[in-house]
Amino acid sequence: MRIVLERRLTPSRSMQYLSPLLAIVLSLVTFFIIFVLSGIDPLKALYIYFVEPLTAVWSIEDLLVKAVPIILIAIGLAFCYQSAVWNIGAEGQLAAGALAGSIIPVMFPLLQGPAVITAMILMGIAGGMAYAAIPAILKIRFNANETLTTLMLVYVANLFLDYMARGPWRDPAGFNFPNSRPFDEGQMLPIIAGDSVRISIVFMLVAVVVAWFLTTKTMTGFKIRVLGLSPRAGSFGGFSRNKMVMLTFLISGGLAGLAGICEVAGPIGQLRTTVSPGYGFTAIIVAFLGRLHPFGILIAGLLLALSYMGGEGAQVAIGLSDQTTQVFQGMLLFYVLACDSFIYYRLKFVRERALDAATAG
Amino acid sequence: MRKYVVALGAVALVAGMVSGAEAADKIKACFVYTGPHNDGGWSQQHDMARLEVEKHFAGKVETAYVENVPEGPDAERAIERFARSGCNVIFTTSFGFMDPTIKVAKKFPDVKFEHDAGYKTADNVSIYNMRWYEGRYVQGQIAAKMSKTGVAGYIVSFPIPEVVMGIDAFMLGAQSVNPDFKIKVVWVNTWFDPGKEADAAKALIDQGADIIVQHTDSPAAMQIAEERGLHAFGQSADMSKFGPKAHLASLVDNWTPYYIERVQAVLDGTWKSTDTWDGMKEGLVVLGPLTNMPDDVKALAEDSIAKIKAGELQVFKGPITKQDGSVGVADGAVADDKTLLGLNWYVKGIDDKLPQ
Repeated sequence: MRIVLERRLTPSRSMQYLSPLLAIVLSLVTFFIIFVLSGIDPLKALYIYFVEPLTAVWSIEDLLVKAVPIILIAIGLAFCYQSAVWNIGAEGQLAAGALAGSIIPVMFPLLQGPAVITAMILMGIAGGMAYAAIPAILKIRFNANETLTTLMLVYVANLFLDYMARGPWRDPAGFNFPNSRPFDEGQMLPIIAGDSVRISIVFMLVAVVVAWFLTTKTMTGFKIRVLGLSPRAGSFGGFSRNKMVMLTFLISGGLAGLAGICEVAGPIGQLRTTVSPGYGFTAIIVAFLGRLHPFGILIAGLLLALSYMGGEGAQVAIGLSDQTTQVFQGMLLFYVLACDSFIYYRLKFVRERALDAATAG
Repeated sequence: MRKYVVALGAVALVAGMVSGAEAADKIKACFVYTGPHNDGGWSQQHDMARLEVEKHFAGKVETAYVENVPEGPDAERAIERFARSGCNVIFTTSFGFMDPTIKVAKKFPDVKFEHDAGYKTADNVSIYNMRWYEGRYVQGQIAAKMSKTGVAGYIVSFPIPEVVMGIDAFMLGAQSVNPDFKIKVVWVNTWFDPGKEADAAKALIDQGADIIVQHTDSPAAMQIAEERGLHAFGQSADMSKFGPKAHLASLVDNWTPYYIERVQAVLDGTWKSTDTWDGMKEGLVVLGPLTNMPDDVKALAEDSIAKIKAGELQVFKGPITKQDGSVGVADGAVADDKTLLGLNWYVKGIDDKLPQ
């Protein structure tokens, strides 16, 4: 007996949408078993993880605040991945956006007000775009593998950010601590709801809707998808692969840069040596979990933000390790990929002899 | 929605009345860590002290912690969660938690906050830290006695005053024994990265250093020193088990006395915002165990520790010459705390340019 994976002739369409749900259910079941095995009341733990964060206003607010940068970035990444451009460097593009957007508040602290904030946001987007243009040009001109270049550029951006926060942009009144001066209220995104929900949530929602319109209703979205599925077919159709590479990089870089400036001119309120706890990488999970579809990404982003919040709550309430959250997120990605494999392939049990015959034939 | 807000308000009001009471019967002390609670160094030492607090106040104090909290908005949320969950006193144990602590403290005036390693205080925010430089000075003396090449290799994280202070104190200690002592420095730009720390140790040894001292958290450098048959100092926790033959003396953080004192103050209702910077005398900074050294070196180290505790030995007492030859601390003067907390120059003889 041997087990082989056989390609399905017609992958099920409905399963493509169901697979993330299935993955979530499987993750929850696995989680349940892990809790039972480690002697924790599983229902209580799951409640603390996934329900309790939704039972208080402040906690829902925090959840939204956490989800905004992740979703913004994932929306951009979805454009790249649909056209088979593997940009995994959103973390660096986020840092570039944070840096570019901080030029005004750090160097000209007296400039404040709505016009200044608008300028900061635009500079943040431009910073992320410019930084994403580097791997795009490298790919177009020299055919450099973007998986490598984007990842390497993350380190470059983070080290440069680190240098700026410790060196030239260090707060002169900050006892040599590696932060920029704290931004003033007139240099931060306005709060539009509750204690902490800023206008960046509107940007996020707009990005979701615009992305949905672009991908499903326009020629550009069609070109992106065709070139992703089959570059040859795309070129027969007269679509320029290079233009699409540049376009998708600019979109995802711009959105990552926007997320970066929204973080520093929002929840963080100053430039620090690190401005993201890995949103650029979490967004990769979110993009795939959301099927590269804007609405799917919206839901997936909220779910991952929920797992962060629940993880913190579980640490405080039942002393569960912080690693549990990472286990959950890892499991989720694993199950999505596993389910996806079964959409395209089926398991087949083959007898040795039949297999030999098959390979011989 | 509105119902919720009202209910929340009522809960907050009741909680406020309870925690506002003078002396409490039972309180909750909460700890926010930047690393895992068992990281073998910085966070672990805080967590050990937390457990000591629980033991000391058996039944009267409940404790809780969150670990691996990144600096920035996540820290603010973690601290706020504690404040909401009924903690009476919250210890935030990384300098990057400073602004988040201050922000949350404003929202919860009845909760006491204790921030380690920062400089901002408020009516309900105290700050506390250790005078590690006292231990560094003694390490420098031991290094100068033990080194054959007369060169120590120093692995450092970031050029903040705390770290520069340590390098200078180490050098002053070494020079008190051997005026020609040399220090080579490698900046690894991280607090914890065993791979980088090990590489730095190797590079320093290849440049002639035969003693390794570190201001980073992993025991990697200690293990390299053990492999090469050289010596090293441990950081944060007792690292002697990582280098049975190499280990000289670990600079151990002992937060227990401070935490017990502060929790007691909350229990008694006598807590006030304070600025604490304690060292060997108060038992916070501990240099030990002293291993793998001849008796005369051990005697010298113990003598210096006793003198520091008694206040007879001042580490930053003039004359101290800066690297560029100008006067750092004038003859007979002693650098005050403000100077030390903003320290950004090397003493003469350190073979490195301080990143600015």
